Amino acid sequence: MENLLEIKNLHATIDGKEILKGINLTVKAGEVHAIMGPNGSGKSTLSNVLVGHPAYTVTEGEVKYKGKNLLELSPEDRSHEGLFLSFQYPVEIPGVSITNFMRAAVNAKRQYLGQEPMNATEFLKMMREKRALVNLDSKLANRSVNEGFSGGEKKRNEIFQMAMLDPTLSILDETDSGLDIDALRIVAEGVNKLKREDTSSIVITHYQRLLDYIKPDIVHVLYNGRIVKTAGPELVMELEERGYDWIKNEN
Amino acid sequence: MGCEQEYINIFDRHRELIDEPCASILNEERAKAIIRFKATGFPDRKDEDWLHTDVAKKFATDYGMNLGRVATAIHGTFTCDVPNLNTYHAYIINDSFQAGENKGKQLPQGVMLGSINDIAADSRDLLGPYYNRLATNGDSIVQFNTAFTQDCLVLYIPKNTVVEDTIQIVTLLQANVDMMSNRRLLIILEENSRASLLLCDHSSLQKQTLSTQVTEIFVGRGASLDLYEIEETSGSNTRLGQLFVRQEQDSCFRHSNITLTNGFTRNRVEVSLEGEGAETHINGLAIGDKEQHIDNRTLVDHKVPRCTSNELYKYILDEQSTGVFAGKMLIRPDAQHSVSEQTNRNLCLTSCAHMYAQPQLEIYADDVKCSHGSTVGQLDGNALFYMQQRGIPAEEARHLLMYAFAGEVIDNIQIEALRDRLHILVEKRFRGELNRCKGCSLCKQ
Repeated sequence: MENLLEIKNLHATIDGKEILKGINLTVKAGEVHAIMGPNGSGKSTLSNVLVGHPAYTVTEGEVKYKGKNLLELSPEDRSHEGLFLSFQYPVEIPGVSITNFMRAAVNAKRQYLGQEPMNATEFLKMMREKRALVNLDSKLANRSVNEGFSGGEKKRNEIFQMAMLDPTLSILDETDSGLDIDALRIVAEGVNKLKREDTSSIVITHYQRLLDYIKPDIVHVLYNGRIVKTAGPELVMELEERGYDWIKNEN
Repeated sequence: MGCEQEYINIFDRHRELIDEPCASILNEERAKAIIRFKATGFPDRKDEDWLHTDVAKKFATDYGMNLGRVATAIHGTFTCDVPNLNTYHAYIINDSFQAGENKGKQLPQGVMLGSINDIAADSRDLLGPYYNRLATNGDSIVQFNTAFTQDCLVLYIPKNTVVEDTIQIVTLLQANVDMMSNRRLLIILEENSRASLLLCDHSSLQKQTLSTQVTEIFVGRGASLDLYEIEETSGSNTRLGQLFVRQEQDSCFRHSNITLTNGFTRNRVEVSLEGEGAETHINGLAIGDKEQHIDNRTLVDHKVPRCTSNELYKYILDEQSTGVFAGKMLIRPDAQHSVSEQTNRNLCLTSCAHMYAQPQLEIYADDVKCSHGSTVGQLDGNALFYMQQRGIPAEEARHLLMYAFAGEVIDNIQIEALRDRLHILVEKRFRGELNRCKGCSLCKQ
């Protein structure tokens, strides 16, 4: 299998403070990776660095995505190349309707790929289809992005956008946080329906319950800015039973 | 005193020339106004009201004043084709009223739209109680305007008359030299009448231009007026606008004041609520970049009980532009059960843009519902990044956020076609595609 993402010795800082201290991670096409770890270990930093958040500075190491130097690309070009982050805290954007927002996003990607903008009929049809995937109410689609949405609606909206943009590598940053059991199932089923042989995911979570739905191939534990343990899906159960202390003690 | 002496000399020297073409009512008020102006001169920046606006400097330019009334014609035809916005239109060229070509369209019987110099001879008794009644105690710029104006657009709508078509007045400056004009408007809505009015300021000469504009509006009992003012002028233009409104019982006034492009602008809006149950909605949107200066001042004076006022002003300031907002809600002792809300929100897109905000509530009654709020901030960095992550280029993400911010003011516009048009114009403005008024982009595109 081809390497979709290769992270080598990645170091990153925010406000001068080093958070990532040498991450090594390879994701092949078609794989689902889970990243677990205690609070403050650098999970969200890793996802933000991968999508190019300007608050973080990469101080060392390299990231190759589809063979390209990912760190040289602008955030929007990373998106056009198929990188998607489902945010832990999706942002509210008052005054910008989901429809206009998605139209701008979809057409920007098409332009990047040298395609014509989508016509209105096609676009609305696509909106309808993708909405159905996560049971997103059509009324929400006419509202401003995430404004006044419940926690569950925000996360469903993230997966809806993921469906619209059809990413190659999606990073789900604590997509299960703030979800009740039903919403969790809907969101996870949405993610599973979008899964293809050539697409990969990195699922960041604290809990086993999301991984009951989205089955990982490989599980990593991130601690103190490094990946300290990598194993198969059985590691999830072990962490659930034993917590993180034994890993902290080993490191 | 500085340059005011030159204007006083011009006035004294050319008094006959100034008076000659004018209705006697203008000349009578002029005589009083020049005395007041001579006493005060132009305001300086020691006056708190003018702290951020050095207006005397603006008058120092050696402007031409067309006191001899050399005829001016409209260059080219000027037809309005905002889709579905079928306006009845007229012009103010420099300061003179000029009728528009309104093929087959007629205003309802009894409605008058024209120059005071034509109307006043027949309707002296009608206009007497109105002309310069609200402006008489205005500041020295208002006195200057009253002293020098030689025309006044009159719109009179009689009792129980509804004007369905929006009336559009386009103001233009036409001259080959640096130019000053002193515009004047008088708008009277009698009991239970209704109208909507669109004022487009398109003074777009490359020359240095300065316009003073004084508008007096009387909204009679149960009457309703929607007034939309849109400024699309150039960087070399100075606009000093004063709007006075008096509202009677159960009347309704809506004002949207939109500065799309300009040079140096100061607008003052003064609404006096004098009859119970009157309702007023004043909205403003100011978009600035380069060296633009936009100063809006409002006073809503609740004089009697049970009136409602609603105010929303938003500024988006880019590059080195400056915004000033000073809004006062005055609730007098008798104005019990007043409901008043004032909101002012401002975006400074660069560290060089400056916003001066002065929201003010003055309440002397004890049973009222009043609130105000003002904020100055930047575009939400988290929202920008979120949009970029979805593939929306940074510049476009900025535009979307700015457009969303402005949208709230535009959505308050009642005429759907105008609202749609403004949405497009504002979007173009942000993209830098709005031509700096080569003709009326509101009408012509």
